[in-house]
Amino acid sequence: MNPANYLYLSALLFTIGAAGVLMRRNAIIVFMCVELMLNAANLTFVTFARQHGNLEGQIIALFVMVVAAAEVVVGLAIIVTMQRTRRSASVDDAHLLKY
Amino acid sequence: MIRLAASETLIPAPNIEYYELSPILIVFGVGVLAVLVEAFLPRAHRLHAQLALCLTGLVAAFVVVCTLTDEAQENARAVPQKVAAEGAVAIDGMTLFLQGTILLLGVVAVLLLAERRLGGEFAASAATVPGSAAEKETTRLGWVQTEIYPLLMFSIGGMLIFPAANDLLLMFVALEVLSLPLYLLCGLARRRRLLSQEAALKYFLLGAFSSAFFLYGIALLYGYAGSVRLSDINAAVSGSEDNDALLLIGMALLAVGLLFKVGAVPFHAWTPDVYQGAPTPVTAFMAAATKVAAFGALLRVFYVGLGGAKWDWHPMFWGVAMVTMLFGSLVALVQTDVKRMLAYSSIAHAGFILVGLVATNAEGLSATMFYLLAYGFSTIAAFAIISLVRDGSGEATHLSQWAGLGRRSPVVAGMFALLLLAFAGIPLTSGFTAKFAVFSASASAGGTPLIVVGVLSSTVAAFFYIRVIVLMFFSAPVTDGPRVAVPSLTTALAVWIGVAVTVFLGVLPQPVLDLADNASFLIS
Repeated sequence: MNPANYLYLSALLFTIGAAGVLMRRNAIIVFMCVELMLNAANLTFVTFARQHGNLEGQIIALFVMVVAAAEVVVGLAIIVTMQRTRRSASVDDAHLLKY
Repeated sequence: MIRLAASETLIPAPNIEYYELSPILIVFGVGVLAVLVEAFLPRAHRLHAQLALCLTGLVAAFVVVCTLTDEAQENARAVPQKVAAEGAVAIDGMTLFLQGTILLLGVVAVLLLAERRLGGEFAASAATVPGSAAEKETTRLGWVQTEIYPLLMFSIGGMLIFPAANDLLLMFVALEVLSLPLYLLCGLARRRRLLSQEAALKYFLLGAFSSAFFLYGIALLYGYAGSVRLSDINAAVSGSEDNDALLLIGMALLAVGLLFKVGAVPFHAWTPDVYQGAPTPVTAFMAAATKVAAFGALLRVFYVGLGGAKWDWHPMFWGVAMVTMLFGSLVALVQTDVKRMLAYSSIAHAGFILVGLVATNAEGLSATMFYLLAYGFSTIAAFAIISLVRDGSGEATHLSQWAGLGRRSPVVAGMFALLLLAFAGIPLTSGFTAKFAVFSASASAGGTPLIVVGVLSSTVAAFFYIRVIVLMFFSAPVTDGPRVAVPSLTTALAVWIGVAVTVFLGVLPQPVLDLADNASFLIS
């Protein structure tokens, strides 16, 4: 199978993730969309590793997974604190800071 | 039992230059020790232990950076290149200069975080819901959230790697290591906790979004060059003509992630909200140190890795610099909150620093580094002073409350006025020297339009800085207005250090300018 197809797939996943971040209201879903974007980047890394015939891209994908896991810890801590305070995880409710 | 001897021959042990990396390792080591202090020491002793540990670690790391700089300058021409950790970390003039700056700003930030006399800036226990019984109980017991110190140390560690990263993977990891603790620190304010948590949420979601762009940019550049090492990318850029789409898109996405961190237009939207909502010592640290680290990374990526594609990224940065300067200065005009005003001023300053970056010569590099140092100290002192102006409910950040402050507390208001003059770039302050250095570097690189826009936005900016000075000294004081609280020694020290550096770099800038000049080389 042509490796370019995987690149198209990852670009599509990245776009879906970015669109989700911009359009969804729930902070958890927004965050899931960010994770989708990171995984799209991972797919790109692995595909290019295959194309270039070196291992670097695959190792980077492992690093990214670890970083993403750390990000989940911090992100969920912040979102859960917010949810407990306001009884809502909607990003539209976070509107106290403006102008 | 499985024998591992065979695989040992396949993967050789990497060669790690522990001495060159020791500033970073010291800071991370202290961060880990600080976590252990949290785990094993009784609550009553933690604060002092943390303070002693963090300050010792930062000073030790700074001493090592100074020694390394000394050695690097002695044999700068003989051995201009020193890459550590199998080429992943570049220890060159810029790295050492910026690491030294970040460490000094870190010391000042620790002093600010340690403020106790004003009741503390951090929640007694961040896990409690605002307004709940648990919150009142932890406050009554006088708990202190000392986890801020390990978080700060990890963040500083990430910042030390960020400008040194000679490898995009390491740069991404450093970006996350510096950002993740900062997201948490933003949400830990003691008062106005809803605002603080909202700032943390906004910073986190937008920061994660931008780092996803950064990562995808790395992926595309990896596809283009077959490696994430900056020197390999540079070789690929200058060597081939094919498949430019990957290079251009990758470069643009990389720039999104980095420009977000420096707070340049159009990726600035988080800056005012986060600066306003975060606890003021954290804002001070973030405004000063993050900018240093992020500009270091920006310089390295675009000078070393993508220097061959200069004609592709140069016009983009030219535009971003202009828009950033103008937007920051114009929007700051209409702000009514002093922290928000300084946030927009920091956006404008990001634009001025970008003027140094687009000069793309050694002069521009040294001017940028000098600017980062000067701006860092002024801004950390300015936010420290903001944390002192208080009324019954905490900090009084609305500008109308600052009316007549100069009549009540002339010394503090005078220092704040001096810092504002430095931001505006008035002679005999560090701001003037820095702006002059940046603009003259840009002039020698043919950036006259940039300088015109820069001077114009400086003029606009001077208006709102001076408006605050007029408000403080020439308006009648408001009744029940805020007072300048008497801080503990640590905060006073932080303010004095910031003000002293601002004056010193304005009156006698030459030693530091020379230092920046000598440091303005990058390993390619």
